[in-house]
Amino acid sequence: MIARKNKLAAVAALGLTSVLALSACGGGAGTTSGGTGSDNGGSASGTTVSGQLAGAGASSAESAQGAWTQNFTALNPEAQVTYDAVGSGAGREQFLNGGVKFAGTDSALKDEEIAQSATACQGGSAFDVPIYISPIAVVYKLDGVTDLQLSAPTIAGIFAGTITNWNDPAIAADNPSATLPDLAITPVHRQDSSGTTKNFTDYLSANAPDAWTYGAVEEWPIQGGQSGDKTSGLISVVEGGNGTIGYADASKAGNLGIAKLKVGDEYVEYTPEAAAKAVEDSPRAEGRAEGDIVIELDRTLTDPTTYPLVLVSYLAVCDTYADADTANLVKAYASYIVSPEGQKAAAQAAGNAALTDTLSAEATASIEKIKAAG
Amino acid sequence: MSSSVATPSSPQQDPPAPAAPTTTAARTAKRPGDVIFSGLSIGSGLLIFLTLALVFIFLLIRSWPAIQTSRELTGNADAVSLVQYVAPLVYGTVLAALLALLMAVPIAVGIALFISHFAPRSLATPLGFLIDLLAAVPSVVFGLWGGVWLVPRLEPLFFFLNEHLGWIPLFGGTVSAPMRNMASASVVLAVMILPIITAVTREIFLQTPRLQEEAALALGATRWETIKTVVLPFGRSGVVSASMLGLGRALGETMAVLMVLSPGETFSLRILQVGQHNTIAANIASHSAEATPDVMARLIFTGLVLFVFTFIINAIARAIVSRTTKS
Repeated sequence: MIARKNKLAAVAALGLTSVLALSACGGGAGTTSGGTGSDNGGSASGTTVSGQLAGAGASSAESAQGAWTQNFTALNPEAQVTYDAVGSGAGREQFLNGGVKFAGTDSALKDEEIAQSATACQGGSAFDVPIYISPIAVVYKLDGVTDLQLSAPTIAGIFAGTITNWNDPAIAADNPSATLPDLAITPVHRQDSSGTTKNFTDYLSANAPDAWTYGAVEEWPIQGGQSGDKTSGLISVVEGGNGTIGYADASKAGNLGIAKLKVGDEYVEYTPEAAAKAVEDSPRAEGRAEGDIVIELDRTLTDPTTYPLVLVSYLAVCDTYADADTANLVKAYASYIVSPEGQKAAAQAAGNAALTDTLSAEATASIEKIKAAG
Repeated sequence: MSSSVATPSSPQQDPPAPAAPTTTAARTAKRPGDVIFSGLSIGSGLLIFLTLALVFIFLLIRSWPAIQTSRELTGNADAVSLVQYVAPLVYGTVLAALLALLMAVPIAVGIALFISHFAPRSLATPLGFLIDLLAAVPSVVFGLWGGVWLVPRLEPLFFFLNEHLGWIPLFGGTVSAPMRNMASASVVLAVMILPIITAVTREIFLQTPRLQEEAALALGATRWETIKTVVLPFGRSGVVSASMLGLGRALGETMAVLMVLSPGETFSLRILQVGQHNTIAANIASHSAEATPDVMARLIFTGLVLFVFTFIINAIARAIVSRTTKS
């Protein structure tokens, strides 16, 4: 009971300090990177941009979008950008209907959506650029075990319900040096439909197709079992039990244990760099137009400097906008997001992984093509 | 309270009496204040109907895509079956609310009786005030408290129930911590609706005719017999109404359930097993954030079902009240 109280206090203190740190660095980033940022905007449009720009979409990148809109407004006081985290599907829908000028989405636009985008894009077409990379951590709470290592088939077995005890031989094989307790495993999943679940199940079905037969899905496919609402809810459920295991955005793991994943022959701890490298090493999706940067995440990478359990969120924008003001504004905002400064600001605010320089440069080149109609 | 029914009305008629009786009616009707006031009150009354109708129409229109493409209407086996989708949610919603009522009503009646008939005045007043205060606490606070504090403390009780009374279907199944199950959710709901039921019931019990109570005592009835023969029969319809208020709150409760329950979609009776039940409101809240338009239409349809359901339950309650007051 005392331990729990202390933990709560620690969590509260952590939350408080991170809020303070966040607000501090938000202001700092706005003022310090002011020079370089407005240079970017200047080179894109000739002047600093102004006007109002509304976007909507995925909630995964919400805190990053918060940092971007705030910093962008600080750099361009005449401009105002808003982001409504309504979810990927609803965001894409609003974007294609012309309700918002850009969308954030956890899965890239589908072919038919790109075909459909001609109306919203003045006869042009929409394209995606990656803006947000976040490693997904397999989090657990198991008293006495601090250094858990897991292979994909074991994780799949645990979440599919075929491995039910911590002293299961499969887990012991992954952790030869650990002493595992005789305790029931309580897997915890997301109760809302989410991009995190989709990427996690995609990882499982790519690496352990025999143990995980449910495919890559947004909504948890198995009835029953423990679950939590949104990332924070899941984390609190995992924290509330003993022998619990779940999956969540790595930056939200708090003081829970994070399992090392088996990549190739080694067990890899998640790092933002390894996550970004996994995205860079993955092939591009085929059949995409030039400048439409969509990554076909390779979950089965064997290079131990990569961490393939990762979520990529995209920005969907038009290549043609009705007027020069909107085109310049979208161009300036998108350039800022994928610029190293923008990526750094997001990494500070949201704790995600920044795009690698190559990917950032490539995304900038795509965004340069945005133009006004006529 | 002790005065007869006829007396209170006479003083109210007194003030206009000095004027000539024939002209009073005509003159009072013409006063602008009266016209404005009656207009306002009629308007507010109609506004309720209008709001209800608008909500109903909104729900119907927005859920129409889901109804139209459902398996029931199209006959297409691949389409989503609305009945199959909604039925477990309705079951979970009703189960949670009924369990909560089952726990809350007896305790609420007890508290109300204590405040109205047993507690000394110096205790009754602050206690009544406290209950009113509790009734105003937002449900998200109850949810947080329930999830963080209460649920871990219920663990030993639930393990005990499962171990010793597991042969009752209600307490059967496999039980594992954390206790994010229907039992926890209904306990939190019960705590949440307790103040509102208590507050209303207490008001009703205080209305019990003093003369009748004194008559019962004079006939040699004990305190308990007085309550049994006078207070409870008098307050019965009030208790039912109060319970319905609580039931309404429990049926529509979102945050408290969302934060305490690990949902599932079954018709299981096992309230101690996690991932078995879900309620309509919590389901809407957890799925609306990333909903595609067709999922959204389906969620709104569940909202429509809840709306209609609340109506039906209220109608049943009214029927019960009118029957008990007649007999």
